[in-house]
Formats: sequence, structure tokens, C-alpha cells
Amino acid sequence: MANLNLTLKIWRQDGPKETGEFKTYHVAGLNTHMSFLEMLDVLNEELVNTGDEPVAFDHDCREGICGMCSMVINGRPHGPLEGTTACQLHMRHFNNDDTITIEPWRAKPFPVIKDLVVDRTPFDRIIQSGGFVSINTGSAPDGNAIPVGKEIAEEAFDAAACIGCGACVAACKNASASLFTASKISQLAFLPQGQPEREERAIRMVKQMDEEGFGHCTNTGACEAECPKEISVDYIRKMNWEYHRANVKG
Amino acid sequence: MLESRIPDGQLKDKWTNYKSSVPLVSPSNKRRLDVIVIGTGLAGASAASSMAEMGYNVKTFCFQDSPRRAHSIAAQGGINAAKNYQNDGDSIYRLFYDTIKGGDYRSREANVYRLAEVSASIIDQCVAQGVPFAREYGGTLDNRSFGGVQVSRTFYARGQTGQQLLLGAYSALSRQIAKGGVTMYNRHEMLDIVKIDGKARGVIVRNLMTGEYERHFGHAVVLATGGYGNVFYLSTNAMGSNVTAAWKAYKKGAMFGNPCFTQIHPTCIPVSGDYQSKLTLMSESLRNDGRIWVPKKKGDDRLPRDIPEDERDYYLERRYPAFGNLVPRDVASRAAKERCDEGFGVGSTKLAVYLDFKDAIKRLGQDVVSARYGNLFQMYAKITGDDPYTTPMRIYPAVHYTMGGLWVDYNLMTTVPGLYAIGECNYSDHGANRLGASALMQGLADGYFVLPYTIGEYLSNDIRTPAIPTDHEAFDKAEKNARDQNNRLLNNNGSRSVESFHRDLGHIMWENCGMARNQGGLTKAISEIQSLKKDYWEKVRVPGRDNILNPELEKAGRVADFLELGELMVRDALDRSESCGGHFREESQTEEGEALRDDENYTFSSAWEYKGEATEPIRNKEKLTFDTVHLTQRSYK
Repeated sequence: MANLNLTLKIWRQDGPKETGEFKTYHVAGLNTHMSFLEMLDVLNEELVNTGDEPVAFDHDCREGICGMCSMVINGRPHGPLEGTTACQLHMRHFNNDDTITIEPWRAKPFPVIKDLVVDRTPFDRIIQSGGFVSINTGSAPDGNAIPVGKEIAEEAFDAAACIGCGACVAACKNASASLFTASKISQLAFLPQGQPEREERAIRMVKQMDEEGFGHCTNTGACEAECPKEISVDYIRKMNWEYHRANVKG
Repeated sequence: MLESRIPDGQLKDKWTNYKSSVPLVSPSNKRRLDVIVIGTGLAGASAASSMAEMGYNVKTFCFQDSPRRAHSIAAQGGINAAKNYQNDGDSIYRLFYDTIKGGDYRSREANVYRLAEVSASIIDQCVAQGVPFAREYGGTLDNRSFGGVQVSRTFYARGQTGQQLLLGAYSALSRQIAKGGVTMYNRHEMLDIVKIDGKARGVIVRNLMTGEYERHFGHAVVLATGGYGNVFYLSTNAMGSNVTAAWKAYKKGAMFGNPCFTQIHPTCIPVSGDYQSKLTLMSESLRNDGRIWVPKKKGDDRLPRDIPEDERDYYLERRYPAFGNLVPRDVASRAAKERCDEGFGVGSTKLAVYLDFKDAIKRLGQDVVSARYGNLFQMYAKITGDDPYTTPMRIYPAVHYTMGGLWVDYNLMTTVPGLYAIGECNYSDHGANRLGASALMQGLADGYFVLPYTIGEYLSNDIRTPAIPTDHEAFDKAEKNARDQNNRLLNNNGSRSVESFHRDLGHIMWENCGMARNQGGLTKAISEIQSLKKDYWEKVRVPGRDNILNPELEKAGRVADFLELGELMVRDALDRSESCGGHFREESQTEEGEALRDDENYTFSSAWEYKGEATEPIRNKEKLTFDTVHLTQRSYK
């Protein structure tokens, strides 16, 4: 089991209105089985022990599913490994004496709160604008009353796998939230349960996305490339189709 | 003193009768009633959205950056429901019976029966929300089987069932936020309950972004704050999962039920080093097709593929031929520990057993195995660097769930009037061991179908209570307590990190109050925890300030509460000298090493009552009566 010594350049910013800067740290003797966030834990414990303030970063489940962790590692959201969140990235993918740059999501709609922590509430508001089926508790028909073909269920699932981390926005040169928004519009457009509100949903969610200040999609595909759940950029095409279809149906 | 408030009548009629006779609150009155919900996991999000749909004013709080992040999201395997879609003889009664038996007869019949009764509606609700459950080619819902049962009643969405159910509940919550029925406060942590005239009337929360302390009034307060497995430091819980809200409630008079009942899940990725921050679960569903084994020879260092069939000990199949690899979690965990303790463990630490898919791949083909478990295999490969298609997984038990929690009556109300606890936060339905795929069921049952009814019984008496202004002295006092604790932590000028104390606590808990417990160890653990707690308040160092995002300060408050909870868990484990479910007292076992209950003396739930800092808590009993099932020694042989 090799030990790693690393140089870290980490974005430190004391608050939303402060000016941030990169600071350099050294960590030594890391176990390669560690996850990337455990490496930051080691650094933070050292900082606490030497009387410094630890680096603030968002994280929770550390299983790649909650979508809370969010950092750009060497210029790539969630780091170098495809289909992997930062919490599931392990240090065996780095080399001894590497210098690693760590910074927050950079996008105007996601302002920095502190260090690597950003505010992603615009995503919540996009869902609130229409990312649901209007069904009150207790009024649902039997689960098998409406058959859903296996392929359709699978397709809906593929879209629903989005963890809402925001890597798509961080990866996009326009800070577009298209992949996030499209995955929810698509999931519900595939399913029979989503049909009654299909048009209204597409129009409202796209409108909210624009109002939050996210940029437009110019089809670079960076979002799909960096998405830790490998959500397909095809859903953006579907979103555009759904949006125009809704406008035509008026 | 403990009133369980179980309705009269036949078991199968209790809930129906209750619903027909519970007082209702008219729509115009609901608008005037404020309900606070802490936590936005399956229980919290479903309760908040359902109550808002009914017309209550709901305020919801979570410490994460979004309600969608709650740890329910990480549940993998599935959710149980007595639909009998597979025509394999399932029924409400069977789900009820399996749950009572799986819990080793330490839960309330009436609650568990109600859980089984509403289970089918949960699936309907989730399907209607657009949850993409697994389907058959004909378009109907698919099921799989889970540990501890002999029917297929588990609904699933690949290995991400919790994620899909939570996103369903989150979408319902989002709809209500947009409609104004719910006001959502993310990145807010509850730090105290406010009690006025003996009733829960509000909370003190801290805005984690600005450090501001806020006061919120509610006619009722609902805690949906999950479990406390992180008291062990290493568990499958999320890093932020904590006991603080429940613990503050306990100190305000809500009794704590069965705190020592902890579920140690058999199939987790083993610990690999001291730096480790958490453990990762591998879904129980893997035991449907994977076979668990260790070498027959002690200290056999050969690669697993080099160990021939006849030199492998498939110990679950050997010991439990009727259920084989699908025995309940507590049984599977203890069996793994037994093999490793005897020296048959594998891997570098020798604290692991194999979970092998070789035969499943031969029988079903790699494609089918991949379709069923692909994402789990991928997760395992990412963490360990091994490929489970070609080499068996190495697994070991890890802390996963806490059956204990705040004591609640049939209405899900704690011993503080107006204070409710739902989901994993309460102690209600799983007895001494929870069956797989039942946590999601209970969280959503409580939130969608139980609490929205039962809270009406309390609130119907509160329609004349106007909102109490938050400058009331009870709010002053509670806010001062919360501020004082944080100031004390920040100004402590100690030398040790919060993390190091948490790690030490976890070690004491795992060694003495983990998979096997005995009087000597538990007695020692109490004094060790007490001295660790004393050290904590003398030596902990918390950097930073109170008026800004300060994760270290958040953690410090949580660990302070874990230190107190740990002691209570150990006391409870010491007090219950029988073995039952996940609580295994070495002094109480059968000749074959199975958990041996003592029904004569321990057919009760413990409910611990806080008596102040300097006084030992009091253990109250809720006697459990079984009118329908017959208590037997659990057997999965």
C-alpha cells in the first residue's frame, strides 16, 4: 500500500461577500485506499490541530447518491474519474508528489457561501416550478392499474438517476442547467403518470431555469461528460422538443 | 404513566375504527394551525407535504443544502408492501407476522399491524408520483425477496429505491412549497424544543449559513430526524446524520425507547484503515443471488478462486437450511462475526467474509446479474478496486440502523404533548431487529398515512390556541441554552479535535455495545464514556466563529449529544440482560449460540426518562401484550 505526499491548492473564501484566493497546503503519508474527501478530512484535522480553520466543503452520504459533494478537482467537476462523485473518488487515482487544485462550482447562479460550499437552491426552485405530478396523498389508483412497459420504466429511471449535484452547471461554459432540468422533464414525460401536466411542466421549468440566471445550452456536451451519473445529453434534445411541443399545443 | 393509547377492538379493526372516530379539524381551522417538521427524509417530506395538502401551515427544516439530500436517499434495496402481486400467499397478516417475528417480539402488535395495512397504499402513492419502479415486460410492478421472509414483496427501483422514493416525496414537498403550504428552511439545524405549559410549542434553529439563531412557533412539532447510528463513529449513515434533535427532545421530557436496539447490517464493505470516515452498505438484495462463505481452513491465504468447492464453508446455508443466505440481518451478522472470531475471516484484516456471485453468474449469465446489481457492483469496484464479477466481494457487518428512538404512543406522539416522532427517529415498529426493506415502508407509512390522521386528534383540541409570540420567555430560555452551548464550545481553547473524540466514542461503543455485549464490558463502557465526556468539555478545540458557516461547530454540538446518548445506550443494554434481535447479551444464548429471549422478565419496551445532568435516568416499562401472535423462539433453520 503506497503512501502519497501531495500539494493541495485550495480555494479559501471566508464568506459570500469576501474575496477568495488559493492557498497551498501539504499533506503527507496518505493511504491510497482513502477517498478524496477522507484526504480532506486528514487535512482538516491537521488544520484544527494547528489552530487553523478547516476547509468548508459540502458532503453527506459519501456513497455517491445524495449529490451534496461538489468540488472542482484539477479543473474537472468531481475530479478525473468518469461517472464518479468526489466522495467516491479514491486516492489510488493520484500519484505521489501530485499538485491538486480544488475549487468550488463556478457559476453565477451558485454563489459561494464559504470555501468550497456553494448555494444550489436554484435547483430546488426549478423542481418547485413543475418537477412533480400533482397527486395528493391518498388519491392514487392501484399501483398496477396503469401498466408501464419495462423499456419505458427503464428510460424514465435513466433520467431520474440525476442526483442534483450541479456538476453539469459547473462543467458548462454557459453555466447552463439544461441537463438537470431536462432529466426531470424527461422522466415525467416518459411515464403515463406525467402526461396530464406534461406541457405546463415543460414550459414552467424552462422558464424558471432561465429566471434563475442559468445560461443557454450550446450543445458542447460537457455536462454529460462530467455528470457523475452519466445522464445523457439526449434528454436536452427531448426537453427542447417537449418545450416546443408544449408551445405549439399552446 | 406510559399510555400507549392503542385503540380497542380486534387487531384488524383497530386502525379502521380509529380513523372513523378520530376528531377532524375543519379546513378553516387547519389554515390557522402551524406544524413544524424537522427533517426532510422519507418520513419528514411525506408528512410535511401530506399535511400541507390537508391545509395545515407547515414549516420544514433540514440541515442539508436541499431537502432532497436526506439520508433516505441512500437506501438501496427496496420497500416492502403486502400487495401479493406475485400470488405467493402474501397478505397483511403475513407482513405483520414477519415483522413482529423479525423484530423478535419486542414491538407493539397494533402499530405493526397498521404498518402492514397501509403498506399497499404507499406503493400506489409512489407509482402515481412517477417513481420508476422496476417493471415486468407486461408493464406490471416487479418484486424481489428479502431477508427473513419467504415471499417476494419487495418493490424496487434498481439499487436506488431510496433515492427514487425520496425524490418522489421531495417532489410532493416541492409542489407544496410552490403553493405556499410549506415554508422550507434548508441549512437550518434544530438546537432545542420550546415547551410552554408542558406542550411542545416551537423550536430554536440555527441558520447554518449566517449563524443566526431563529425562533419558530408551532402548534405541534414533528421530529423526522432519522437514526443515531453515528454514535458508533463508523456506520453506513451519512456524515451529518445525528441525534441532536431527538436528544434535545429527550432532555425536554420525551422518553427514549429501547436505545440499545441497533441494527448491524451484515453486508458492508469492511473497514480498511484508521482514516476511514464511514462505511458503505452493499444492499441486502445481493443475498438473493450471492452466497456467503469462508474457507474451511483457518488462516487460509489462498485467493478465493483457488479454494475448491469442498474447502469452502457456506456457513449460513449450513446453519440455517430453511432460509440459507436470506436469514434476517441480526442472524447473518452474528454468524459472520462468529466465523471471524474463530479465525476463519478473510482479507488483510481477517475481519471479512466472501459474498460470491460465481454460481449466480453461471446460472443466470452475467447480463442478468448485471441488470439486477450492476450499480452495486460498480460501487464496490470503485471503493475497493476489485471486480466482483470475477472475485467475490469481501463484506463485514456494520452499524446501519437504530430500531430504538423516541418513545411514541399509537398516535406517534412522544411523552411531550404536541411533540411527535416519525420514521427512524421513533422506536415504534421494528422491535429488536428490523427486516430489510422495512425502513422505507415505515418512514413513508408514518409520513403519508399515519401522522396526518393522528396529529388531528391533538390539533382538534388546539383550534382556539392563537399563535404564541416568539418573545415568550420559554423561547428566550431555549435560545439562550443553544447559544451558551455553542459559545462554550468555541471559547474552550482546548487542544483536541472533535473528530478525535468522536472516534474514541465510536470505539468504546463498537467494542462494548456492538454485535455482542456483556455485563463486564458494558459496565466498563459507562465509566469510559463518562470520562471521555469530561475530557471533551475540557479539551475539545472548535475553531472559527459563530456568525458564519462553521461545519466544525455543527459537528461539535452533535458529538456532545452522542457522548450523552452513548451512555444511555449502554445503560439500556446493561439493563436488558436477555438477548433479543440485534441485542445480543453473551450471557443469554442457546446452546447453538442463538439469541435467547427472556419473555418472562423482558417482554417490554424500555422508555428512559431524563432526570437532569447529575441524576441517573429512570427506566420506565411499557409492557408488550401479544393477543394475536404466539411468542416462540425465532427459528430460521
